[in-house]
Amino acid sequence: MKVKFWSWAAFLLGLLYFALPLIGTLEFSLRKRRGEYSLDAYRWVFEDPKFRETFGYSVVMALLTILVGVLIVVPTAYWVRLRFPRLRPVIEFITLLPLVIPPIVIVFGYIRLYNTSSWLPLTGSARGTDFLLMMGYATLSLPYMYRAVDTGLRSIDVRTLTEAAQILGAGWVTILARVIMPNMVIAIMSGAFLTFAIVIGEFVLAALLNRPAFGPYMQLIGANRAYEPAALAVIAFSITWFCMGLMQFFSRFSAHARAKRS
Amino acid sequence: MASITEPKTRRDALPLAWLGLVPFAIFAILFLILPTMYIVVGAFQTAEGDATLANVRNLFQPSILSAYWISIRISFATAFLGCLIGFAIAASITLGALPKFIRGPAMTFSGVASNFAGVPLSFAFIATLGRVGLVTVLLREWFGVNIYAFGFNLLSFWGLTLVYLFFQIPLMVLIITPALDGLKKEWREASDILGATGLQYWRMVVLPILTPSLLGTFALLFANAFGAVATAYALTGSSLSIVPIVLFAQIRGDVLQDPHLGYALAFGMIVVTGIANGLYVWLRARTERWTQ
Repeated sequence: MKVKFWSWAAFLLGLLYFALPLIGTLEFSLRKRRGEYSLDAYRWVFEDPKFRETFGYSVVMALLTILVGVLIVVPTAYWVRLRFPRLRPVIEFITLLPLVIPPIVIVFGYIRLYNTSSWLPLTGSARGTDFLLMMGYATLSLPYMYRAVDTGLRSIDVRTLTEAAQILGAGWVTILARVIMPNMVIAIMSGAFLTFAIVIGEFVLAALLNRPAFGPYMQLIGANRAYEPAALAVIAFSITWFCMGLMQFFSRFSAHARAKRS
Repeated sequence: MASITEPKTRRDALPLAWLGLVPFAIFAILFLILPTMYIVVGAFQTAEGDATLANVRNLFQPSILSAYWISIRISFATAFLGCLIGFAIAASITLGALPKFIRGPAMTFSGVASNFAGVPLSFAFIATLGRVGLVTVLLREWFGVNIYAFGFNLLSFWGLTLVYLFFQIPLMVLIITPALDGLKKEWREASDILGATGLQYWRMVVLPILTPSLLGTFALLFANAFGAVATAYALTGSSLSIVPIVLFAQIRGDVLQDPHLGYALAFGMIVVTGIANGLYVWLRARTERWTQ
């Protein structure tokens, strides 16, 4: 009886703490019109050209980051598993570094290392800065992407697949693109959705590199408007929820697939 | 990809096989290692490029020390409360008497909420506990309690702690649930047979086994809070001088008027999060022998 009471108490208190801010935000975002609930704040946000620009920019950034991340991480993780199993701890350590070094320190390094008077003046042009920002996002998502891909590789027999493909005369590009990747779609997807959720609302890198991304836009609206920030928070939360939900769906799906196979 | 021309036998292939790691190495060096090294080296250099410890020594001035101190206190408080509450919730989900169907949604929600840091999170709390927020207004209208009259302020130490807990608790739940699942049923049965009470089982069996993972997760949560910038910045602007905020202002406009002191400030952050993460890795290695 006591156990039951305490577990319900802990759970309900937790529920209260997590539900109240979400309800509060939703309610606040509907309060723009005096005396009645309305979607005015959402209308304002969706009609703001800046919202469309910055949101579009961040979506494109997120997709490019996923592409770059997959192109870097999948061949590396594959190659390490196949040829350099002893290097795995080293590579794993490197991929975990972005969790240890705060993002603000990494971007500080970018700004100083790639400024206009340096050997690689990436911040000198808008395209160069976009590229730097994308690589920064790829760095931030590296721990998650690598872990997802490595878990995916563990569930397939890399060596046998590779040898079979080689016997049939496949080159490395063919092996990666037509044998390894299709076997890991689910793992890559779960890494991709997490990357998307991270990039779409990211603030520090975009603000310090001065690019028109969604994160700095939200901050700006937060400093200047009353009800619209709450609407933005609801939108951002829905996107995160959607991405993480899809990710969980994919990873659970892969767990089922694996269970069936064995 | 560079090794397409590679011969088929593995022994001959070894010298060329390294080429497969080159793209990753270039990426890691250019966008992770070099930028960090640049900051670390800069922390030990004068403006002319000579080696010096003066920058690090300059960190020990009252304004910067107090920034570190408040950052460490907030990180400590959120990590401690996050561990405590997260543990209670995880325990009630896994071991408690809650119905089974709660577990799935609770874990999914933890995954979402632990990633819901940053600007929107601060909006959510302003809309809830700000001066005209839902909870503030309801408390005033229904119970006649004005929390702001009691000195509550979202833009303060405890305000920020309350906000950070929104992503700290779920992170704890995500990490500690597997550890709680690892508690073997036999241990409980053995202690019951030997006549232990529930409290004794928790104090003398569960806690000693979980202590390394609890401390390890604590270190991880500490580092997580210490490096968080966006939430605090969107919430307080620059009114609360925690280290990441000071560094943010320094990068934007050299407010310390000494670029190399800025490097030292960033270096100090790496040291703190580095120690916390090192503890996490070390303690996790110690727990693994129980989970086999």
